[in-house]
Amino acid sequence: MPKVSMSVNGKQVSGNVEARTLLVDFLRNELRMTGTHVGCDTSQCGACVVHVNGKAIKSCTTLAVACDGANVTTIEGLANGQDLHPMQAAFRQHHGLQCGFCTPGMIMAAVDMVNRLGFDLSEETIRHELEGNICRCTGYHNIVKAIKAGAAAMGGLKVAAE
Amino acid sequence: MYAFDYHRPASLRQANNLVAKNGDAKILAGGQTLLPTMKMRLASPSALIDLGALKELSGIEHKGRNLVIGAMTTHAEVAGSALVRELVPGLAGLAGGIGDPHVRHKGTIGGSVANNDPAADYPAGLLALGATIVTSKRKLAAADFFTGLFSTALDEGEIITRIIIPVGAKFAYAKFRNPASRYAMVGVAVAKRGAKVAVAVTGAGADGVFRWAEAEAALAKRFNAKALEGVANPAPKGLNGDIHASAEYRSHLIGVMTKRAVTAASGK
Amino acid sequence: MAGTGIGARVERKEDFRFITGKGNYTDDINRPGQAYAYFLRSPHAHAKIRKIDTKKASKMPGVVGILTGEDIEKDKIGGLICGWMIHSKDGSPMKAGAHPALAVGKVRYVGDHVAVVIAETLAEARDAAEAIVVDYEKLAPVIDLAGATKKGVPTIHDASPDNQVYDWHLGDKAATDAAFRKAKHVTKIDLVNNRLVPNAMEPRAAIGDYDTGEGAFTLYTTSQNPHVARLVLSAFIGIAPEHKLRVIAPDVGGGFGSKIFIYAEETVCIWAAKKVGRPVKWVAERTESFLSDAHGRDHLTHAEMAIDENGKITGVRVSTRANLGAYLSTFASSVPTYLYAPLLSGQYNVPAIYCEVEAVYTNTAPVDAYRGAGRPEATFVIERLVEVAARELGMDPAAFRKKNFIKSFPHQTPVIMCYDTGDYNASLAKAMENHDVKGFAKRRRDSAKAGKLRGLGYSAYIEACGIAPSAAVGSLGAGVGLWESAEVRVNPIGTVEVLTGSHSHGQGHETTFAQLVAGRLGIPIENVSIVHGDTDKVQMGMGTYGSRSGAVGMSAIVKALDKVEAKAKKVASFVLEASEADIDFKDGKFTVRGTDKSIDFPSVALQAYIAHKFTGQQLEPGLKEGAFYDPTNFTFPSGVHIAEVEIDPETGITTVAKWTAVDDFGVIINPMIVEGQVHGGIAQGIGQALLEGTVYDASGQLVTASYMDYTMPRADDLPSFHVDHTMTACPSNPLGIKGCGEAGAIAAPAALMNAITDALGHENIAMPATPQAVWKAARASFAKAAE
Repeated sequence: MPKVSMSVNGKQVSGNVEARTLLVDFLRNELRMTGTHVGCDTSQCGACVVHVNGKAIKSCTTLAVACDGANVTTIEGLANGQDLHPMQAAFRQHHGLQCGFCTPGMIMAAVDMVNRLGFDLSEETIRHELEGNICRCTGYHNIVKAIKAGAAAMGGLKVAAE
Repeated sequence: MYAFDYHRPASLRQANNLVAKNGDAKILAGGQTLLPTMKMRLASPSALIDLGALKELSGIEHKGRNLVIGAMTTHAEVAGSALVRELVPGLAGLAGGIGDPHVRHKGTIGGSVANNDPAADYPAGLLALGATIVTSKRKLAAADFFTGLFSTALDEGEIITRIIIPVGAKFAYAKFRNPASRYAMVGVAVAKRGAKVAVAVTGAGADGVFRWAEAEAALAKRFNAKALEGVANPAPKGLNGDIHASAEYRSHLIGVMTKRAVTAASGK
Repeated sequence: MAGTGIGARVERKEDFRFITGKGNYTDDINRPGQAYAYFLRSPHAHAKIRKIDTKKASKMPGVVGILTGEDIEKDKIGGLICGWMIHSKDGSPMKAGAHPALAVGKVRYVGDHVAVVIAETLAEARDAAEAIVVDYEKLAPVIDLAGATKKGVPTIHDASPDNQVYDWHLGDKAATDAAFRKAKHVTKIDLVNNRLVPNAMEPRAAIGDYDTGEGAFTLYTTSQNPHVARLVLSAFIGIAPEHKLRVIAPDVGGGFGSKIFIYAEETVCIWAAKKVGRPVKWVAERTESFLSDAHGRDHLTHAEMAIDENGKITGVRVSTRANLGAYLSTFASSVPTYLYAPLLSGQYNVPAIYCEVEAVYTNTAPVDAYRGAGRPEATFVIERLVEVAARELGMDPAAFRKKNFIKSFPHQTPVIMCYDTGDYNASLAKAMENHDVKGFAKRRRDSAKAGKLRGLGYSAYIEACGIAPSAAVGSLGAGVGLWESAEVRVNPIGTVEVLTGSHSHGQGHETTFAQLVAGRLGIPIENVSIVHGDTDKVQMGMGTYGSRSGAVGMSAIVKALDKVEAKAKKVASFVLEASEADIDFKDGKFTVRGTDKSIDFPSVALQAYIAHKFTGQQLEPGLKEGAFYDPTNFTFPSGVHIAEVEIDPETGITTVAKWTAVDDFGVIINPMIVEGQVHGGIAQGIGQALLEGTVYDASGQLVTASYMDYTMPRADDLPSFHVDHTMTACPSNPLGIKGCGEAGAIAAPAALMNAITDALGHENIAMPATPQAVWKAARASFAKAAE
């Protein structure tokens, strides 16, 4: 079985996996990091979104072996202990989650959205950019609010740091 | 997925050798179509040859009168490229409308072209733009490359290396998304280069991407959505029908999307 | 409102674990030595199984065991049950066929369970399943709902040769027919209530575990009601007696009804765990969810409304054919009957109602409760009827509704329900105001200028929630009582655990319930934890569905809190050396009336446990009380939703331009959470009306078996919603709560279809109003206009 090594949330990890092991299965089954979820088998729901080398991807449509040497960030890597990432905090504050199942993918997609498009996101942009993430609970109303607020908070943090 | 061997060549030469040695291997580019297909066990290659390490196949350059896009360039890279936005803005728009943001971070132009999914966006765009597909062996005009549903002129083991797109055309792509999959239910690419107009339609044809000659003729006379008013839409016979859209509806949408693409290409 | 008590917008206590990836869903759990199950499913809609050959498969790498219907029969494991008996018009009981967990002799829908392969890895299980050879004798399938009972169609279950499960009715036929004979105007409509696939984002999953030492089973499963699952698996299916069967429903990623039911997969996993001597884990792939989760809705209805010369509704007559699929799921029979017809009075004073329902088998996935369950179907019937009637009479739809609203309470309808309270005019007026209905005419003109069709539609819905008074549902055929339980355990330092029989799978009980307890006991909300979802921890309970957890579950907590407070007062009276009758409890403090003597709640808790101030003869030590609450009536949430759409007739794309909801949920504990429930419900209702169609082809293949073909509402399909409330407190429960979980899904489809038909200028369009359907209908509109 091929050996694969990568950095996950800043920690170097490795394991022997079958070539057919998906990144999400490596994270969930080998590393027992179960924050990343699987909600469909056609690469549409986005529950599995993680960042690989700084970009949001669907970990259910990525081979673990193909991530050898990559930097992977998962939902478990956003908060610093009790200190939430501003996007996580915004989801809680604006009730952007109900059952919580799509939430890790939503938050990872939202952070990626901010990384690409900046801190001032319009409702229309957010709705359009969420094409690859499905939620059945919230009707998206509060997810949109949360992402808008979370983006602004990320901007505020950046300004504060400068 | 069924089990398979995995190879990650470091050079195109290595890749070619691996392809030659592994008869029923498949080439893995972005994997955004291949991996779901394999997950559903609809494909069972004995090996995957991952081109992910081939930096030489990535990147966008302006060379003479052409844009040259490496086969492993992602949709997000094409969509976000300042060069593409300046020289063929409609192509950036097309790439930015493929799949969703996460898919665009992985999916590549070469993979999309090689797969020639009848609902994919690039085939229509490249056909209308008169692009050239460069492979490990040769150069192929888009018109000769796309040969039918999921089929291309590629030989077994032939690897797409880059796509050459002549600049200077007025170009736009208008897509009507399948409400569920968000793939193109009808996508129309329109390009006007000098007096010549090309209209290429994806998502609708029973045999995959096709050119719509009647619209091209009318638009060559007058490049304006109004020029299409007297032109009959492509006959439903020869178009796809499914639960989302009958052939009649697709035929109608081709007309609508063509008009919208023409208007967008005219910069109006 | 500041603070954390009733009415405060408290951030959810459960969120930290979900937003940091530390949720604990069934698939996140792994048992030592677990093996993986893969179900071989029927590729045919209807076929006899001649032979299942597992010889080759059983020798495949990693295979631990392969089990079939024969094995489960040999072990005398019972079939799956339907827990609600419905009687036909002639008094005969419904005709229910057997529902084995693994098919015996016959398969009845695509996705039916033929065999289970248990292997070291999921991939190996799947590889081996492909090597099983099943010899099928294909039978003609019954797919078309309208034709399912026609003469000569194949029989799906021998118990029901003509595929009819029951032929049921409710109401006074003679009185209703008389109303129609006298009517000045009769409105008639034919409706399709489209079949939906629930699609909770967490696919169903189960892990069966058997402890040979204790002879006890543990089932981890995605359930909305773990105790009901245990009851059914014990008493009916016969896995093990209840004290030897623990059911754990950990974090559950959405339910919407689909996780109420006891399915084949968890039954097989728990049974197989003992059989193969290993924990057995199964997690559905999304396609399996599409194939085998119980679907929702699927009605064909003809409905008529009689109206007198004054524009008053005098009668409603409804005939519905309901598809129950290939087997009767756990509560399937109740949905198109007692959860449906008793709501056909809507918000209106209707003197006579008659409804008949024919429920049938088809070779499709079982159909059962899905968010709203029967009530969306009823609202769709009555609100489409009212809208069309108003149009036919040339009356403003809002004015027509107002004229016919029930205005005094209690109001006994002709179909069982006695509405306790409400103010329908108030919610209509507020909704019209919030929506700017006055500005609609201008907005419509502006749309027309841009070549677009704009329409506005109302839905004045009512639902019966707080399910339900046990004796009442018992008399209607329910196999269980629908009370709820609670236990409040006060710890010696005054922190509190509340054990509830309700189950939270997105509803936020850990917060809402804690708000109630913290407010009542005057302790910080952080000091309250809500325990649910484990039959070993929590006393028997009935679970969460039918918008019942607030009205019923929290009422049980109130009852237990009453007892805690009473006991604590006794303790305080000993500590404060005062008469119990002189002790007041307020803001977390016990005081002796007319003195400055007081003690806070945590100190009383400590005194209750150290028991130094009273003797065992005087008072039992400890502070822990339980309660069961059985509701005395249903609750009747109601409200008005207004949908506004803009249609691009060129493409058929319908944009939901504006959405206004005004709901009367009675007393609201946490407005933030309630609004979230409304948003989600509306989205599912819009999904039903606009996007979600479940399609079986003529051979019974599910064409919409993935997100490639089943249109899930996405963020860009929906607008933001304007959500507001009116309030009449529910008189039948201590908190005045009515329930909010299903309202959006109940109200939305009718509002949207009323808006679309308003835009189109004709009624000839069915749900889902996909672009293709709307394009066709818009062409008909223009043809009509050109006439």
